[in-house]
Amino acid sequence: MKKQVTLGEQLRQRGISRRTFLKLCAVATSAMALPPAMIPRVAAALDKAVRPSVIWLSFQECTGCTESLTRSHAPTLESLIFDSISLDYHHTLQAASGTAAEAARDKAIKDFYGKYLLIVDGSIPTKDDGVYSTIAGRTNIDMLKEAADGAVAVVAVGTCASFGGIPYANPNPTGAVPVSELVTDKPIINVSGCPPIPVVITGVLAHYLTFGEIPALDSFGRPLAFFGESIHDRCYRRPFYDQGKFAKSFDDEGARSGWCLFELGCKGPTTHNACATKKWNGGVSFPIESGHPCIGCSEPNFWDGGGFYKALSTTTRPLANWTGAAVVTGAAVGAAAGVAAKRKRSAAKRAHHTVTADELKKKEEA
Amino acid sequence: MTSLENGINAFVEQIDTPIASFFNSCVHCGMCADACLFYTETGDPKYTPIHKLEPMRRVWKRNFTFWGKLAAMLGLSKPVTDAELEEWEPLIYDSCTLCGRCSMVCPVGNDITYMIRKAREGMVAAGHAPDGLKGATVRAVEIGSPMGVTWKTVQAQIKHAEQDTGLTIPVDVENAEYMVLMSSMEVVNFPEYMGAIARIFDQAGVSWTLCSDAIEATNSGIQIGSSDIAAQLVQRIVDGAEKLKVKTVISPECGHAYTAIRWEGANLIGRPYSFKVLHILEVLDELREQGRLQTEGMETAKLTFHDPCQLVRRGGVVEEPRRLLNMVASNFVEMPDAGVWNWCCGGGGGVSANERADELRLKVFSRKKAQLDAVGVETLVTACSNCRIMLEDGAEANNMDLQIVGMAETIAAHLPTKTSTTATEESSS
Amino acid sequence: MTAEALLAWARGPGMQIALAVFFLGITVRIVEMLLIGRAPDLAAPRKSGVAAGWRTVFHRSLPTPGMLKRSPLVFVGGYIFHLGFLIVLVLSVPHIELFHGVWGIRWPGLPRSLIDLAAILSIGAMVALLVHRLVDPVRRFLSRSGDYFAWTVTFLPLITGYFATHHMLLPYTQMLAVHILSIELLLIVLPFTKLIHTFTLFLSRWYNGAIAGRKGVAS
Repeated sequence: MKKQVTLGEQLRQRGISRRTFLKLCAVATSAMALPPAMIPRVAAALDKAVRPSVIWLSFQECTGCTESLTRSHAPTLESLIFDSISLDYHHTLQAASGTAAEAARDKAIKDFYGKYLLIVDGSIPTKDDGVYSTIAGRTNIDMLKEAADGAVAVVAVGTCASFGGIPYANPNPTGAVPVSELVTDKPIINVSGCPPIPVVITGVLAHYLTFGEIPALDSFGRPLAFFGESIHDRCYRRPFYDQGKFAKSFDDEGARSGWCLFELGCKGPTTHNACATKKWNGGVSFPIESGHPCIGCSEPNFWDGGGFYKALSTTTRPLANWTGAAVVTGAAVGAAAGVAAKRKRSAAKRAHHTVTADELKKKEEA
Repeated sequence: MTSLENGINAFVEQIDTPIASFFNSCVHCGMCADACLFYTETGDPKYTPIHKLEPMRRVWKRNFTFWGKLAAMLGLSKPVTDAELEEWEPLIYDSCTLCGRCSMVCPVGNDITYMIRKAREGMVAAGHAPDGLKGATVRAVEIGSPMGVTWKTVQAQIKHAEQDTGLTIPVDVENAEYMVLMSSMEVVNFPEYMGAIARIFDQAGVSWTLCSDAIEATNSGIQIGSSDIAAQLVQRIVDGAEKLKVKTVISPECGHAYTAIRWEGANLIGRPYSFKVLHILEVLDELREQGRLQTEGMETAKLTFHDPCQLVRRGGVVEEPRRLLNMVASNFVEMPDAGVWNWCCGGGGGVSANERADELRLKVFSRKKAQLDAVGVETLVTACSNCRIMLEDGAEANNMDLQIVGMAETIAAHLPTKTSTTATEESSS
Repeated sequence: MTAEALLAWARGPGMQIALAVFFLGITVRIVEMLLIGRAPDLAAPRKSGVAAGWRTVFHRSLPTPGMLKRSPLVFVGGYIFHLGFLIVLVLSVPHIELFHGVWGIRWPGLPRSLIDLAAILSIGAMVALLVHRLVDPVRRFLSRSGDYFAWTVTFLPLITGYFATHHMLLPYTQMLAVHILSIELLLIVLPFTKLIHTFTLFLSRWYNGAIAGRKGVAS
């Protein structure tokens, strides 16, 4: 087993001052959506935290999630966290390859059994016994199950791992499933997004390091601290929505004036993520700020949501022909029913009973 | 077929596109109740006009709607029963005068009166018409008048009128301009009508005639709701008019007679007329416009005009009586809601012939009384003998000091005396 | 089923089914009704019935003399509900986008504050009309289960739409799904309930106006 080095010790070794450490702790506290009063507690906890072992498995994915994490600017909380964890297996980032790489994973699983965190990105193909994605001859299903067995918790990074993502989209040729469908006996934290915001991943790790437990989650297993509010609710363009000012195309006056992108298909109202508050590229911007509607990438089935450029309130299927066909069919059925009604009336006319004075007299007398 | 089957069959016969549309459109807003004097004066929700059509609505639903047909096929809905028709009989006959106010207010545009008129076809075919109306109808068919008036009675009337006016009453004159019809009530209760017409026409130099085969203008068939009988009665008039080759038939001071001859008649006999039909008010107004109707002197007493429902709302005779009254009255005032929004006397649509409805009819007269009290007149002019009797009845029951007169006699009272002298000379010559 | 899946279903297959049933139902019922036919009027008309029919189609939307005083709640409540519903339906931007999505036509919408106002007034009027229906002797007497059902399916889209835009009761995505589903329910039942008056009232008014118009009466 490796020597138990605390995070504080490690940072001091790297020459990080107490002042910088506290600043980073303040960032971490805010990232976890905790009040500033918690900063000293967070600092104390992080100082004493032991570098946990982390195994990162990448399955049916595009490496975008890893890119998102590694392209963040230094020195940041991300680097702090990644410097402070023992990333024992990550087949994109590790130097080792082939048998050595597999051996590293096996060793980490054995050494830290029951203690390590398992991070997964990518969905897992299950069709045809999972043959559509294998590593070192082993299917993703097999590898995930083995690694999950000894994990203290699983962090599903990215929408593919969280909800199946793009591989899961219709018609899902590989039978892809999210982690949660295969791992049912471990806590799973879904950090969705395509890709997820780096600070969200690190925020979750910071929370785990600080409190030794997983954060509060929403009904989709996402940390509430980051996924508690919709993009729409925190969007700086929201006032335009309320005023009814909308961009109608990507190059009209409304678009240039920065009006709401609802009509251009923005999925902000139904998308829960921290883009509008944490933003991207070190807090520079986020898609809506650069003029593109939210595509809802942190939500389940976002790829099958009926088109990125269709307003949320519209139907996802073309209906003009459909309604036309309904009218034509209706006219035909109606005509048949109408003819039947006409016939019924004609029959009634043929069966007409003539009222006579005699009859009225009889009735009157009766 | 049983009577019930005959009735249901008649309902089916009567249901046309407008009725289907009306039943489809009803949202049960209840506004028709507020337009109906039977509801406003009793406060009883069962008098809501659209409710009176419940049996017909059920026949429509069962026979002309998808769900209704399906439910009927699966035995989930009960057909209308004879007991139900019996229960609805007083609603359709006693508490509806076919006045047409509900048809004017319905926000979705349902012509409820049109439907009730047609619903009565089913009721009478099923044998569920009031005895009073049945009796009147039988008399109309067999004797020629719902009140049992015979040509002999009319002849006696003619004699009186000739004596009173010194004019000859033309009978069975061919090629006359006008053929004058009368209502039995005018013959029995208001004999002054015949004399008034004779004097006015004489002064205006109008060629006219009575027809011994077709004097009766009223049509019990319309009121009881039997097109078979109504057609029979209209046919007499058509035959009379065609036999005498008159240009125009004049409907008397009667509301439903106008509806019967002017609007329903051609449809009842199944062909357009070869003559015109005008109400006496229209004729008088035409004469006034042509300058052929001259009057002198003015009534100074405060008077008002009661619009018969079948003339205004259901007939389109609105401005004529006003122009005529303004000729002879200096203090003509309008009641609130006068004109197309006027309230019914309570006895239209066959209610007056239905003794069972008498009590209810007098109760709802409070609406008319309120209207009259609002203007406080001494004289009430109207142009319908039935309204006139109902108004007299109501006034008496409510101890109202009111003189109720017909339009023609009011005009006739103001004919220049000189002309009438000439007329006397002419008739004696 | 997750809210997202429900929303996706409501926006896709659900809307497809609802619109198909709606258009099919409306067409069947109106064509059937028109084909029953009616006898030609052989009486010499005083005026053209056609023009009078059209007049009544529009004129009947105005309050009739005296009736405003007799049933003020039905009149005022009716106006507010219908106008409010129409404004929300036709002038709210998400709805315009729906029409644009289906038929490719678009028009300017109103700011949300005005849509909110129309929705609140419409909801209030509906509640008042419901209370009136339960309390007033005539309305209570006339009302059947169908009337309360029609009220409910009309009320649901209004209230869920309001809740959705204001993030009340349920998360937005769920409420939006419920809102769209409630509209689909309304569309599906409309042709087969008294709600079909939305369409047939024009026909009824036309017949009423034409029948009266031939007699020279402006009804």
